[in-house]
Amino acid sequence: MNNAMNNAIVQVRGAVKTFAGVATAVDHVSLDIFEGEFFALLGPSGCGKTTFMRMLAGLEIPDRGEILIDGRDMTGVPPNRRPVNMVFQSYAVFPHMSVLANIAYGLKVTGVGAADIRRRVDEALQLVQLGGLEQRMPAQLSGGQLQRVALARALVKRPRVLLLDEPLSALDAKLREAMQLELVKLQHAVGITFIIVTHDQQEALSMADRIAVMEKGKVRQVAPPAELYEYPRSYFVADFIGKMNLFHGRASGDGAVAVEQLGEIKIPGNSSAGRVGIAVRPEKVKLFRDAPRPGFTAFKSTVDNIAYHGSESYVFATTESGAAIAATVQNESRDSKLPAVGDSIWCGWRAEDTLVLEE
Amino acid sequence: MDNWRKNPRVFWILSAPPALWLLGFFLLPLALIWAYSFGHKEGIIGIAISWTPDNYLRALDPLYLQIFLKSFWFAGMTTAVCLIVALPVSLAITFAPARWKALLLVLVILPFWTNLLIRTYALIAVLRTRGFLNAGLESVWDSVDGVARAVGLDGLGAFTPPQLLYNNFAVVFGLVYVHLPFMVLPLYAALDRMDRSHLEASLDLGAGQFRTFFSITVPLAMPGILSGVVITFIPALGSFLTPDLLGGTESQMIANVIERQFKSANDWPFGSALSFILMYITFFALALRAFFSRGRSAMDT
Repeated sequence: MNNAMNNAIVQVRGAVKTFAGVATAVDHVSLDIFEGEFFALLGPSGCGKTTFMRMLAGLEIPDRGEILIDGRDMTGVPPNRRPVNMVFQSYAVFPHMSVLANIAYGLKVTGVGAADIRRRVDEALQLVQLGGLEQRMPAQLSGGQLQRVALARALVKRPRVLLLDEPLSALDAKLREAMQLELVKLQHAVGITFIIVTHDQQEALSMADRIAVMEKGKVRQVAPPAELYEYPRSYFVADFIGKMNLFHGRASGDGAVAVEQLGEIKIPGNSSAGRVGIAVRPEKVKLFRDAPRPGFTAFKSTVDNIAYHGSESYVFATTESGAAIAATVQNESRDSKLPAVGDSIWCGWRAEDTLVLEE
Repeated sequence: MDNWRKNPRVFWILSAPPALWLLGFFLLPLALIWAYSFGHKEGIIGIAISWTPDNYLRALDPLYLQIFLKSFWFAGMTTAVCLIVALPVSLAITFAPARWKALLLVLVILPFWTNLLIRTYALIAVLRTRGFLNAGLESVWDSVDGVARAVGLDGLGAFTPPQLLYNNFAVVFGLVYVHLPFMVLPLYAALDRMDRSHLEASLDLGAGQFRTFFSITVPLAMPGILSGVVITFIPALGSFLTPDLLGGTESQMIANVIERQFKSANDWPFGSALSFILMYITFFALALRAFFSRGRSAMDT
C-alpha cells in the first residue's frame, strides 16, 4: 500500500520452541510482519500459533532463532520491557481493581504522571466506548465489556504491536461479528500493528490484511485473504480454509494429472511429475443437464443429497467413477430450479479453476 | 443423596453416629465447662455452680491479662513469621514443575508424621546450650577465629554459646516450626488456583516481578492468606506443649495457666473461665475473618 507497509516491525528468523516431552510447538518459523498491518495467525488448536505469539510477548523464550521488534533484538528482553502489549484470551482483567485502575495499571507501574494517566485513560475509554464504567469492578461487567477493558488496558500503553490471543472466542456469535468489524475500525484509528491468533478462518479472512496458516508448528502459507482462498498452495491449507472438493493424484509432468477416482484431467499451467493434490471450490462447480462445452472439466454424476441453506444450497453428487463432488448453488431467485435427488447430471468446472496442491 | 429430604431415613442413619459422638463427647463436656466457669470450689473436689461472675472478674487481673497479651504476642509473631516464610515456599511449590509438586507438598506435611512431643524434644536437642545449633555456630566461630589469627589479628576469643532455649525466642521458634504447614497449605491452594494470565498480564503491561508480586499476586491470594493467618493464629494462641517444654518462667502462655488450674491449682471453675475467654477470642477472630471475606465476595459480585 505505502512505504510504511514495507517496514517490517516484527522479524522472526528460524524460531524454534520445544516443550519437554511434547512435540515441537514452533518449528523453524521465519516471518516478517509489517508496520500498520492487521496480521492473523490461523491454525487448528495445537498448531503453535499461541506459543508463537507468546514468544513475541516474551512470555516464552525460543530455544533457537531470533526475534526483532522495531529493529531491536528481543533476546533476553523480559516481557515488561518489550514494545508490545497483549490482549489475553481470558482477558486477564485484574478482578481486584476497578476498570479505571485496570487501564491505568500499565501506566502507573512505568511511572507516568497522574495527570497524563488520567488523560490517556480517558482517551482509551472513549476509544473502546467504555465511558461511564470507570468505577465498575470487573465482576460487574459482561464478557464484551471485559474484552474492551483488556483492549483499552493494552492500547493505553501505545505499543508498537498489539497482540490479540483468540480475542473473540469467548463472545457469542452476534457480538463476535460486531467486534470483528470494530477491531478493524479500531486498528485503522490507532494505526498500530495488530497480530491476532485465531482458529476461526472466517474471522481471519474477514479481518486480516495478511494471514499465516500454521500447522504442526510450521507456517504453511502467508498470503492476503483472497489469495489464500483462491490459491492455496498445499493440501492442508486448501482443506483448512473454506469448503473444498479434494482429491489425490499423480502429475505426469506434461499438463495432466491422473486423479484417484476421477481419471485423467488437464491442469492449468504445469506441474512437475509426482504426487499432487487436486482441488476445486464448490462454488466453482456448475451443474449441467448435458455434457458441457469444451474448456470444462466435467463428470457425469448422480445427485445424492441436497442441503438447503437459505441463500445457497449444497448439492452432493457422486461421479460414475465413484468420486464425491459438492457444488454450491446460489438461490438467486425464489423459483431457482435445483436438481432432485437421484437425478443424473453433469458436474463441471472451468479447467482454470482447478487447483494443483503440494501433497 | 442429592437431597436428604427425599430420603430422610438414609440421612438419619448416616448422620446419627457422628451427631451422637459430637453431642456426647464435645458439646456436653463443653456445656459442663461453661457451667463450671460460673461456679466456685466447694471442699477439695466439689464444684457448686452458683452463676457467679467472679471467675471472669478474676481473669481481668493484670497478672492474667498480661499472660493473655503475651499469648497474643507469641501467636501474632508466630503467624507473621510463618507468613513471611510460607509465601516464598508456597510460591516455589506453585511454580515448580508438575512432577515435583507432590513431593514438595509431602515434604511440607512430613513433620506431621512424627508425634508433636518427639518433635519438640528434637527441638530441645537443636537449641540447648550444647545443641546442634550452637555446635554449628561454634565451628563457624572457631574457623573465623583461626583465619583472624592466621592473618595476625587478635582473634575472637573463646566461644560462649548464646542461650537459645527456655526463653521467648525458643517458644516462637518452636511455634513457627509446628505451625508452618498450616500456613503453607492454604497459601499454596490459593496460589495454585490463581489464573496465571493475571501475572503475565501484569508483566506484559510493564510491571516488574516485585511490583507484580505485591500488586497482583498478594491481593489475588488474599483469601488463602486470611485462611492461613486464622488457622495458624488460633492454634498458636492456645499452644500449651511448646511453651511448656521450650519456654522459661517468663514465657508462659494462657494455656499453661489453664492447665495449672485444672491440675496443680485444682481450681476448675477459674480454669473453665479462662478457657472460655480464650474461646470467645477465637470466635471473635473467626467472625473478623468472615466479615473480611464477605467484604471481598461482595466486591466480586
